[in-house]
Amino acid sequence: MKIIEAENLKKTYNGFTAVKGANFYINRGELFGFLGPNGAGKTTTINMLTGLARISGGRVKLLGEDYTRNPKKAQAMMGIVPDESNLYEELNGWKNLCFCGALYGMEKHDREKRAQKLLEQFGLEDAALKPFKAYSKGMKRKLTIAAGIIHEPEILFLDEPTTGIDVAFARQIRTLILDLHQKGTTIFLTTHYIEEAERLCERLAFIVAGEIVRDGTVEELLKEAQEENIITFSLGGDFSGVEEEFKANFPGFTCRIGKGGMVSVHSPEIFTLLPLVQFFEERGLSVYEAKIARPSLEEVFVKVTGIELKKMQNQKEGRA
Amino acid sequence: MKTWIAFANILMKDMRSYYLKPPNISWGLIFPVAWTLMFFLRSPVAVEVRDLLPGVIALSILFGTTSMLAVTITFERKSRSFERLLLAPISLNLLMLAKTSGAIIFGVVNAFVPIVFAAFMTGLGGINWLMALASIVFIAITSTFLGLFIAVSVSQVFEAQTFSNFFRFPMIFLCGLFIPLTDLPVFLRPLSYALPLTYGADLLKTAVNNNGIISVPLSFLLLLAFSAFLFAYSIYNVNRKWIL
Repeated sequence: MKIIEAENLKKTYNGFTAVKGANFYINRGELFGFLGPNGAGKTTTINMLTGLARISGGRVKLLGEDYTRNPKKAQAMMGIVPDESNLYEELNGWKNLCFCGALYGMEKHDREKRAQKLLEQFGLEDAALKPFKAYSKGMKRKLTIAAGIIHEPEILFLDEPTTGIDVAFARQIRTLILDLHQKGTTIFLTTHYIEEAERLCERLAFIVAGEIVRDGTVEELLKEAQEENIITFSLGGDFSGVEEEFKANFPGFTCRIGKGGMVSVHSPEIFTLLPLVQFFEERGLSVYEAKIARPSLEEVFVKVTGIELKKMQNQKEGRA
Repeated sequence: MKTWIAFANILMKDMRSYYLKPPNISWGLIFPVAWTLMFFLRSPVAVEVRDLLPGVIALSILFGTTSMLAVTITFERKSRSFERLLLAPISLNLLMLAKTSGAIIFGVVNAFVPIVFAAFMTGLGGINWLMALASIVFIAITSTFLGLFIAVSVSQVFEAQTFSNFFRFPMIFLCGLFIPLTDLPVFLRPLSYALPLTYGADLLKTAVNNNGIISVPLSFLLLLAFSAFLFAYSIYNVNRKWIL
């Protein structure tokens, strides 16, 4: 069942089109990701979906109901975690969570119980009474996520949840996201970290310059980029004449012998491993390892968008 | 959804976080008291405390309400915590009423500080307390919405302070707080009548000394009209400028 549907979604600011007719959907219980460089339109899309930006064209539906002109009626079902923590600096962690619960109409007893549970779940119980301004960046991000789910929303929007925080906290946050997803929360995540998208998301959309250039499950996206089937072997022994013999025995296949006994076998068709292993062993070669080589999501992204990932990540993190 | 829970919690949070803090005490109380003392010291003849009381009350409300509201809303917007409120499932009107209620209450409380001081210095017999209270509430509402209008018209905290003073300081001289409207140059009078505090101060003069010059129902009606306009224009501005 589709929880969010965006049809031809457009956003224009003073003549500049930030999102150019995006079409996508998010299934209930799914972890859907938007992957794209800085300025691609990821945050603008979240802002339109959550009612923080006016939609210039197209429409959005929540559980089949159009809320394009009245986002307020959808906001009770949404949890939003912005790219920068936006809780109250002067309030402590506990009070911030309780206040956020109150904004969604939660009764005092319910919000206090839930705040306590979330502080424990997020490992922040020791910092519960510290003011938010005294939190580290990672702790702030964790508490902001907790604030986003205090009212147990149907769908959680996470805008760049691990950007700018250290590796250990980023890892904890990824685990928390997966945990939330396993408990049934629908999650819409934006990121510019390809490995994060690959590890967390079930379906992905690549967004570049306000346009969704490709979407699908991670498997579908990988499959699309896989032009041939490749198995790499780690072999030991004398390789003289092996390449020619291979060609004669396996027409249509290509065998490339590399350095250190690394041999790759390429074929446009799917093939089984056993005949190849037997062939190498019959030629007196020792087979130490064989593995299927798949294209990475990074290769798919670069191929589809033409954007170098390192450049994209450095740009987002403010490095030259 | 129980929107009153959101309303009450926004109000309580603002009261605790902003209205009971030292900057408000200085702007809302010390500043008007300093002005009053200045009038006492500068006046060549003895000044009757009771004559100054309506002006000081009006000034306390004006500075108490506008000083913090304009700054806190701008500050929350700058720190992006205001976005959290905009994303909450409550209407924009209710949200802004919750944000301004704290200032209105604070303005009303502020008004009683000079009254308490005056009680030690002069007799307060013969005051129409019901009318005084109604006037105080109306001035507090109008001044708060003026603060809201300022807050949504600027983007920086320092701009909020500057813009507030652009309205507040001329009001001290033009609204009949200490200088009677009849003593003002004729060419300035239209400006006086275009400012809401003129009507609030006149109502207080009627309530305290029975020497107001504008019709009481008309003053209340105009304060209501000013409030409605300032609130509606602020909501329009929030919609136009903050929800892009």
